[in-house]
Amino acid sequence: MTWFRKEKQKLRAADRRDLPTDVFDKCPECGEILYRARLEQNVNVCPTCGHHRRIAADDYIRLLADEGSFEETEAELRSADPLGFVDLKPYTQRLEAAERATGRGDAVVTGLAELEGIPVALAVMDFEFIGGSMGSVVGEKIARVARRALDERRPLIIVSASGGARMMEGILSLMQMAKTSVALAELHEAGIPYISVLTNPTTGGVTASYGMLGDVNLAEPGALIGFAGPRVIEQTIKQELPSGFQRSEFLLEHGMVDHIVDRRMMKATLARLLRHMLGLPVPAAAAEGGAAEPAAAAAAAEPKPTTPRARRRRNGRPSREERSAD
Amino acid sequence: MSTPHLEFEKDIAELEAQIARLQAMARKQGLEAGRELRVLERRLEALRLEAYRNLTPVERVQLARHPKRPYALDYIEGAFTDFVELHGDRLFRDDEAVVGGWARLEGRTVMVIGHQKGRDMKQNLRRNFGMPHPEGYRKALRLMRLAEKFGHPIVTLIDTPGAYPGIGAEERGQGEAIAMNLREMARLRVPTVAVVIGEGGSGGALALGVADRVLMLENATYSVISPEGCAAILWKTNAAKDKAAEAMKITAADLAALGVIDEVVPEPLGGAHTDPAQAVANLRAAVARHVAELERLSPEERRRRRWEKYERMGVWREEPAAVAP
Repeated sequence: MTWFRKEKQKLRAADRRDLPTDVFDKCPECGEILYRARLEQNVNVCPTCGHHRRIAADDYIRLLADEGSFEETEAELRSADPLGFVDLKPYTQRLEAAERATGRGDAVVTGLAELEGIPVALAVMDFEFIGGSMGSVVGEKIARVARRALDERRPLIIVSASGGARMMEGILSLMQMAKTSVALAELHEAGIPYISVLTNPTTGGVTASYGMLGDVNLAEPGALIGFAGPRVIEQTIKQELPSGFQRSEFLLEHGMVDHIVDRRMMKATLARLLRHMLGLPVPAAAAEGGAAEPAAAAAAAEPKPTTPRARRRRNGRPSREERSAD
Repeated sequence: MSTPHLEFEKDIAELEAQIARLQAMARKQGLEAGRELRVLERRLEALRLEAYRNLTPVERVQLARHPKRPYALDYIEGAFTDFVELHGDRLFRDDEAVVGGWARLEGRTVMVIGHQKGRDMKQNLRRNFGMPHPEGYRKALRLMRLAEKFGHPIVTLIDTPGAYPGIGAEERGQGEAIAMNLREMARLRVPTVAVVIGEGGSGGALALGVADRVLMLENATYSVISPEGCAAILWKTNAAKDKAAEAMKITAADLAALGVIDEVVPEPLGGAHTDPAQAVANLRAAVARHVAELERLSPEERRRRRWEKYERMGVWREEPAAVAP
């Protein structure tokens, strides 16, 4: 029998949040303590190891669109919960929470913009909205922006970040793969360029539809890109996956993407590719500067990985036995 | 009594056993048991109607995965004639989880392609349980392009737990292979009819399923993820698979109501495996009718309708006024 009891005091999250986390940030890859303002200035790429952090759809649009040129379209579309889906929480509640958290109506932002003066149709996914999952709204917005690209003969750029199909819309979410692919078939037949930009992570139904259908597929460094998620594969084959498996570098090696492009070089690379595909001349300013090969330029802008972990991840390739295991 | 029975068929199986025992006894002892037998048989009939007319989604999942269920090659051998199988994707290897080739449907040449499961462990080593690698999808696309070249209709038979999640599959671009099939099936100029004959497992099923007409056998299922997978992710426990099967709307009737499929093809009472000949006949009649209908349209018209159909897929609202599409 105790005479007195010491009240256990839990660490409250609120206390911790008082720390000035908005000034400094730690790179999850190399552990470097970074000045937040500098990190943001560097579009959330770690200046030390080149690790690309996820950025919001708005930030990606700012990165690609010429200043003041982005005009959002289809912002009024919202998911309708067609199945009345309830798991541990009703789908409608998940939607409301996601909209509150991101300030976005769904997991993709679409619109028209200019990119180095080239008119483009642009779609950028937001992973923070229910894992960037593709339901009816994502499918419809992608289809509509592709339609605008078709009608106005603008090239289409889609920046993907998605865990795959949105299960809460059941079969209708699966059908969005077909719907978006049909839209891209029309674009393909009309000879309008489509570039797919794959960011961390892009898996499942998005990879298996518009993610992989670019005339050119670009990937950010170190992004997880694949059809099946690594956990599902591990459970199926009952072995550990090789390091670097399903990362951008692995996809480049296996011929699934054309380039790995540093985020800081993404806009310039897209512009150069579009000018080639559209038959546009090199703009006067770039011609003088002698624009470098995009990959080489990206590599130059990207410091060498400094930690063993970062190096392993960058160089990680499955061994011969691991590759033939399946 | 060689057919293994499912959980919900226990009462039916017991009654069937009882009837068999009575028959055997009557024969052996030369007794007249006609009246008792007739009573029991009537009861059996009522029981079967009661059970099979009101199947829950999870019971249909069991029927769709039934080990005795007819597979693609059974339908190809039964509903088509003059089948010449074609092998390989011309890029890497022949994936035996997908079969395909020329065949005749009521005399008319078509390209028939389907997922193929194995009946036993030995066959499943070859067929990989009907889970294709990228080369399976690329073989399917090669055959579709062949059909396109010679202007013959394409019939696909869908029956897969899903595209195989493995290291080699990812290395060789499982996502790209599926995506390319979706886009290229959209572009075909020949008539296309897809039939979900068993399990329609997500993207691995859809990769053979972008078609002018999509049909489903009565007890087939078609879903974005398996009920087990959905339960594990959203409910955090496999035990919730019944709830997940219910919530996701995966049965043929549900999909017809959602406008995702065009027709439900009836199965014999108790499932396709109880009377494969009947199932085959039903499938042949439905597919032949749709192919004939589609052949009356011009290639441009067919494609326009196909594109419009997929453009309509989905349900959303437009704020601020809530409007159905």
